[in-house]
Amino acid sequence: MQLRVDKLGVIIAALAAYGALLAPFATFRANRIVAGEARSISEALPPAWAAIILFLIITTAGIAILKTPSRLRLGTAFAMIAALALGIGAAAAHLTPPENTYARVSPASGFWILLFALGLLAADALTRLRPSPLVRVLFLSAVLGFIAAVLTSGTWDGLSLLKEYASRADTFWAEAGKHLMLALGSLAAATAVGIPLGVLCHRVARLRDGLLGVLNAIQTIPSIALFGILIAPLGWIAIHVPGAAAIGIRGIGTAPAFVALFLYSLLPVVANTVVGLAGVPREANDAARGIGMTDFQRLIGIEFPLAFPVILTGIRIVLVQNIGLATIAALIGGGGFGVFVFQGVGQTAMDLVLLGAVPTVLLAFTAAIVLDALIETVTPNRNRVQSA
Amino acid sequence: MLRLPTLFRLLAFAVLIAFLVQPQWFEPLLRPLVQENAPAIYNQGSLLQLTLLHLRTVAIATAGATVVALALAILVTRRSGAEFLPLSRSLVNIGQTFPPVAVLALAVPIFGFGEKPTLIALFLYGLLPIFENALTGLTTLPPSIMEAARGTGMTGRQRLMKIELPLAMPVILAGIRLSVVISLATATIGSTVAARTLGEVIIAGLQSNNLAFVVQGGLIVAVLAVLIHDALQAAERSLGSRMGR
Amino acid sequence: MIEIEGISKRYGETTVVRDVSLTIAPRTVTVIVGTSGSGKTTLLRIINRLVEPTSGTIKLDGEDNRSLPDYELRRRIGYAIQGHGLFPHRTVAQNIATVPTLLGWDRARIEAKVNELLTLFQLDPVAFGPRYPHELSGGQQQRVGVARALAAEPKVLLMDEPFGALDPIIRAKAQDDLLAIQKHFETTIVLVTHDMEEAFHLADRIAVMDKGEVVQYATPAEMLVKPATVFVESLIGAGERPFRLLAIDTVADAVEPGVAEGEAIASSASQREALSMLLWSGRKALPVVGPDGAVIGKVSLDGLAQRAAGPT
Repeated sequence: MQLRVDKLGVIIAALAAYGALLAPFATFRANRIVAGEARSISEALPPAWAAIILFLIITTAGIAILKTPSRLRLGTAFAMIAALALGIGAAAAHLTPPENTYARVSPASGFWILLFALGLLAADALTRLRPSPLVRVLFLSAVLGFIAAVLTSGTWDGLSLLKEYASRADTFWAEAGKHLMLALGSLAAATAVGIPLGVLCHRVARLRDGLLGVLNAIQTIPSIALFGILIAPLGWIAIHVPGAAAIGIRGIGTAPAFVALFLYSLLPVVANTVVGLAGVPREANDAARGIGMTDFQRLIGIEFPLAFPVILTGIRIVLVQNIGLATIAALIGGGGFGVFVFQGVGQTAMDLVLLGAVPTVLLAFTAAIVLDALIETVTPNRNRVQSA
Repeated sequence: MLRLPTLFRLLAFAVLIAFLVQPQWFEPLLRPLVQENAPAIYNQGSLLQLTLLHLRTVAIATAGATVVALALAILVTRRSGAEFLPLSRSLVNIGQTFPPVAVLALAVPIFGFGEKPTLIALFLYGLLPIFENALTGLTTLPPSIMEAARGTGMTGRQRLMKIELPLAMPVILAGIRLSVVISLATATIGSTVAARTLGEVIIAGLQSNNLAFVVQGGLIVAVLAVLIHDALQAAERSLGSRMGR
Repeated sequence: MIEIEGISKRYGETTVVRDVSLTIAPRTVTVIVGTSGSGKTTLLRIINRLVEPTSGTIKLDGEDNRSLPDYELRRRIGYAIQGHGLFPHRTVAQNIATVPTLLGWDRARIEAKVNELLTLFQLDPVAFGPRYPHELSGGQQQRVGVARALAAEPKVLLMDEPFGALDPIIRAKAQDDLLAIQKHFETTIVLVTHDMEEAFHLADRIAVMDKGEVVQYATPAEMLVKPATVFVESLIGAGERPFRLLAIDTVADAVEPGVAEGEAIASSASQREALSMLLWSGRKALPVVGPDGAVIGKVSLDGLAQRAAGPT
C-alpha cells in the first residue's frame, strides 16, 4: 500500500507539534491575582501521564499526516480530545500543592492549540463523512454527555475555571436560567408575532417594504445602545401603567433586554416567512385556489408547510444570534452569562470570562447543530432529476 | 436627477456631519431625555474624534479581513487547495455560531485591554461573511463561461484575474458590506474593554443613567451603518448592472 | 351547459377580454385558441372566478356562478393547469384526494375514488399512490394533475394548456387519454391552448380569440372551410387546410362502392391517414375494412381530393 500525505493533516500535525512541544500546556499561579508561570506537558503532568499524552499526540499526528479513512480520523480526534480533557484535569491535580486552596491551574496556550488542531481534524472528518442529521445530534449528545461525566466525576475540580464556578455555583445557575429565558423567551415571542406579520407582509405588498425597512433599521442600532434606549420607555411604563411593575417590567434589568432581543429577532423571522411564502410554487398556489381551497385552507395546507423549512432557518438564525446577544444584557443589569464575562473583563480574570463565555459558546453551538439537523430533516429533497 | 431616497440619505449625512461638528445645536432636542443638571451632549471627549476612531477601527479590521478572506477563498477554490474546500465551509458555519462578545472577551486575556483585542475580534468575526461570500461567488460561476475562458487559452492566473474575480465581485462586495455593518455595531462593545469607539458614549450613558448619551451614541452608529450599507449596495448594483445581471 | 354572456375584463386602461358571449354545450370539448396575450387564459379563469369579470355574467346549468362563495364554486369545477401544479409536499394519493377531502367525503369513498382514477390513468394505485410528485415523470405528473381535477366528479373541467410541458409523443397519448376519459365521465371540457394541432384534434367546437375578442366560434370543419377573418386563416395555416379537413372525419364517411388492390385501411382511421397511405403506396384506391375485418368498399384518391377541396 502506498502511503500518501494529507495536506490538511500536515497543518494539523504542525499545530499539534507546536502546541505539545513549544507552547505551555498549563499555567500555574500561586493565587488568583498573580501572574502565571508556564508549564510544559512534561512539567505539568506526572511522568506516566506525560508519556501517554505525548505518545498519543505522535500517533494522532501520524494518522493526520497520512491519508487515512475518515472514520479513523474522527475516532482518533475524539479519543485524543478525551485524553486531553482528562490530562488537563490530571495536570491540575499534579501541579496544585496538597492542601493549597489558593493556587490556580488553568489550561495554557498549548492546550488550546492542541484542542484547536484536534477540532480541525474532527471537523474535517465529519465534513467528509456527511453524517445524517440524526447521527449528528447523537454525536452532539455523546460529546455533551462526556463533558457532563467529566464535570461530575470531579476530574476537573482542580482547574481554576471550576474553582471560579465552585465559589459562584448558585449565581451561575441563576444566570444560566436568565440567559436561557432571555434567548428562548424572546425567540418565542418573536415567532408568535413574526410569523403572522410575515404572512401579512406576503399578502400586502405595500406593508412589506415598509415593515422590512423598519426592522432592517432596528438591526443597525448597536445592541448596547438598543438595550440602553429601551430603559427609558420601559421605566416610564413601570411607573405609569398600573400592574406593569408587578409583572416585572422595569427600566433596567431583564425587561429592556427581553424587548431588545425581541426586536432584533423580528427581522429574520418576518423576512424568512416572506421569502418562504414567496418561494411556494406559483402553480401549486394557483391550483389550490382553482380547486376551491379558501385562503385560510391554502395558507395552512399548502403555503405554510412548503415555507416551513425557510421559516425554521430564520428561527435558527435568531436563536444562535440571541444566545450571543443575551450576554450584552448584563450591561444593563439583565443578567445572563454576560455577568461573568463583564465581571471577568473588569477584574482581568480570564477564568471568570471563560465561565461566562464557554457556556455561551456551547449553548450557541448546540442550538445550531440541533436546528440544522431539524432543518435538514424537514427540507424534502425535491431537486432530484425529474425522470422515471 | 435625485430620487427621493437618495435625497433622504444626503440629508441624513448632512445632519450627521452637523451633529458631529456642532453637537450643541442639537442640545434642545436631547435635553428632554436627561435630568435637570445632567449634560445632554457627550462631554467626556469629542464625538467627531470618537466617530473617526470608530470608523478607523472598523476600516482596519475590515481591510485585513478582506485581504485574508479573499486570499483564503482563492486558495481553496484552486485545484491545489481543493482538499480544504469542504472543511473551510464547515469552519465558516461553526465560526458564525461564536457570539461576537465571546470572541471579544476571549481576546482580552491574550491581547490585553484597548484597541488591540477589539481589532482582533472584529477582524476574526469579519472574516466569516467575506470568506463565505467569496466562496459562493467563486464556486458558482457559470460553467459555460469558465469553459469559454479555458477555450480561449487563458492561463489559470489570467482566468482568476480577468474572469473569476470580476464576475464574483458583486457577491464578494455583498460579503464585505455585511462584514462592515456587523463590525460597526460590534465595535461599540469594544469600549467595554477600553477601546476608543462610539461605544464609550453609550457606556458612559448607561453608567451615569444618561439616556441622551445612549441615544446619541446609538444613533450615530445606526446612521453610519445605514449610510455605509446603502453606499456599498449602490456600488454593488452599479457593478452588477454593468455585467448585465 | 355554460352560458357566457357579455363578459369583459379590464385592468385599468387595458381591456383583456372584450364582450365575449359563448354557449358551451354539455358533454362537449370546447377549445379556446389564440396567441399569447389574447385573453384566452383570463376568460377561462373567469369561469371559475379565479378572475372576477368587470362586466357580464356566466351561468352554469342556468345558475349564476356568483350565487355561491367562490371556493365552493371551484370545488364543483375541475381545474388543471400547465406544469400540473401538484402540491410537492403531498403524495399522489393525497393530491388527488384534495377536493373530496375539502368536501368532507368519508375515507372509504375517497380511497375508492383515488384508486379508480389512478387505475383509469394507467397508474398502479399501490405503486404510485404513496409517491411524491417529484418522483414521477412529466407525463405521470400531468396525469395526476388531471386525475386530481376530476376527483370530485365535476361536470365541468377547465384546462389551461394542460399538455404544454409534455414532449410530442407523450402529448399525443395524453390527448387521446383525455378524449377517452371525457367520454367515460361525460364531462364538459373547456381547454385553452395555443397549439392549433391540439385544438383540431380535441375540439367539438373551437373559439378563436384575438386581442380579447372571440373572432370565431365554430366546429373545426366550419372553421376550415369558412375562416371568419384573416387572423383565423393564418392561425390555421393556409397550407395545412386540406389536411386538417381530412383529419377531422374518418374513412367510414368516405367509403365508395367498389374494390381495390393491396393493403386495406380500417374504416375508423382518419381520411388524412388514408390519403397518406394512398400517396405513399402510389395507388389510386385502397380497400376499406370495417370493425369486423370484412371489406366494405374502397376509398379513392379522387374521392378524398374532392372532400379536401375548399369552397369555390
